[in-house]
Amino acid sequence: MALDLYAEEIISNYEHPHNKGKIDKPSAEMHEHNPVCGDDITIYVKVSKGKVEDIKFDGSGCSISIASASMLTDYAKGKSLEELEKLGVKDIINLIGVDPGPARLHCATISLKALKEALFLYNHKKPDVETKRL
Amino acid sequence: MMDVKSIRKDFPILSTKMNGKPLVYLDNAATSQKPASVIERISEYYRTYNANIHRGIYKIAEEATEEYIKSKNNVAKFINAAGMEEIIYTKNTTESINLVALSWGSANIKKGDHILITEMEHHSNLVPWQLLAKRNGAILDYVKLDKSRNHLDIGSLEEQLEKDPKIVAVTQVSNVLGTINDVKSISKKAHKHGAKVLVDGAQSAPHMPIDVKSIDCDFFAFSSHKMLGPTGIGVLYAKREILEGMSPIIGGGDMISTVDYYSCTWNELPWKFEAGTSNIADAIGFGAAIDYLNKIGMENIHSYEQGITKYALQELSNIKNVKIFGPSYDEIKRRSGVISFGIGNVHAHDIAQVFDSEGIAIRAGHHCAMPLVTNELGQSAVARMSFYIYNTKSEFETVLNAIRKVKKIFMVD
Repeated sequence: MALDLYAEEIISNYEHPHNKGKIDKPSAEMHEHNPVCGDDITIYVKVSKGKVEDIKFDGSGCSISIASASMLTDYAKGKSLEELEKLGVKDIINLIGVDPGPARLHCATISLKALKEALFLYNHKKPDVETKRL
Repeated sequence: MMDVKSIRKDFPILSTKMNGKPLVYLDNAATSQKPASVIERISEYYRTYNANIHRGIYKIAEEATEEYIKSKNNVAKFINAAGMEEIIYTKNTTESINLVALSWGSANIKKGDHILITEMEHHSNLVPWQLLAKRNGAILDYVKLDKSRNHLDIGSLEEQLEKDPKIVAVTQVSNVLGTINDVKSISKKAHKHGAKVLVDGAQSAPHMPIDVKSIDCDFFAFSSHKMLGPTGIGVLYAKREILEGMSPIIGGGDMISTVDYYSCTWNELPWKFEAGTSNIADAIGFGAAIDYLNKIGMENIHSYEQGITKYALQELSNIKNVKIFGPSYDEIKRRSGVISFGIGNVHAHDIAQVFDSEGIAIRAGHHCAMPLVTNELGQSAVARMSFYIYNTKSEFETVLNAIRKVKKIFMVD
């Protein structure tokens, strides 16, 4: 694994994350924690007419987890729920622009996991047991 | 004096590269590297006398049995146990501690009894006691850290001992702080209150002379793989009279003396606790690791590591925005070669990643000591380097370079 992992965009999103904070009365929120790293991310979404009207995240973690949460929340704004539900690991790697390798992949995907679970909760009014297990 | 240059030649992996850079292996608290003599001894068993041990009436089975027992005798001598009857082979330190909690603990811990451990424990010396306390309705108490957050608070120990715990389980060396606990004095205090004493020696046995008689502990647990031996072999030492009173937790072949359809009698020590075919190859390999350590001498190993650790701590303490956890270099006598550290606000995993790119293996995380790292140190993760006999000051220069690189990437002053 080379250090392109610490590309300028990752570092700048880590140092100055976008969309950091909470949303009052969100349509759904979901917390994800990674006990291995101690990465801790909560995603808040406000949904309007099938689209993400606003999205924020809060928490702490390594550069990859914070930067990917920052970039994912940027990306998700204004997108339809259907579009976001289709997002997978590959999309996150494309989004952040580097493949973090197997040891750090969970850092890159923690916010995606939280987002998908939040949307599931919004759609089904019950927790997404399957994604939680991943 | 130790000849580190020639020691390094005994470890094949130390001449390999990681990410195109010479491997600098500083994750010895997680597992150590293996000298060729250990690798060869294992291979020799499989190549030339592979057979199951005990009761084989042919030459190579006798040979295998002999080598297995030789390994146990080696271990007994290494920690100054009375004999190999007191040496139970397990999978690792964790299994050794679980064996005590499941066998001795289940029989001796009653509802309302106290179990005393410390805030410094690895999960392996914490979770088994939590489980036991829950199972038997006992109360789990903790010896607190003192104000420095580097040592156990002796006042807290004495206070907790007033509750007359049935067992006190404590680590000899913290895998996060590197602190060396005075287990001999803790054992003496605990015995005055009638408690049994278990010492977690996973981080001490590889690095300093161990004398279980002098410590006077009732149980001592450690692992082969952290002391140049293979994975898959751990040791539970216990005083003979205690082992005699304990029941096995796993039943099967080799652990019985006689069996009829409805009852059986246990085999003699130590076999009573070793049901089924043992990890023969790795036990033999472990014997070779102890031979290797003995050849260098544990006193020499300890003083060499103290030297390099003191040097590293001094160098690190001169670097702006590097935070060191655990005792500082002026307390070197109370410290092992485990150094947990942080750089500015950079996450430990990012530190480890940059180190990796420089060929340096360190560990990042809570090091299986979550209560200590999160509650006491207030960190979600820390980076940790840990030395062994083959590490050199010049390797540490690459660490200093890697720290500069971390600072540059993450814009730390």
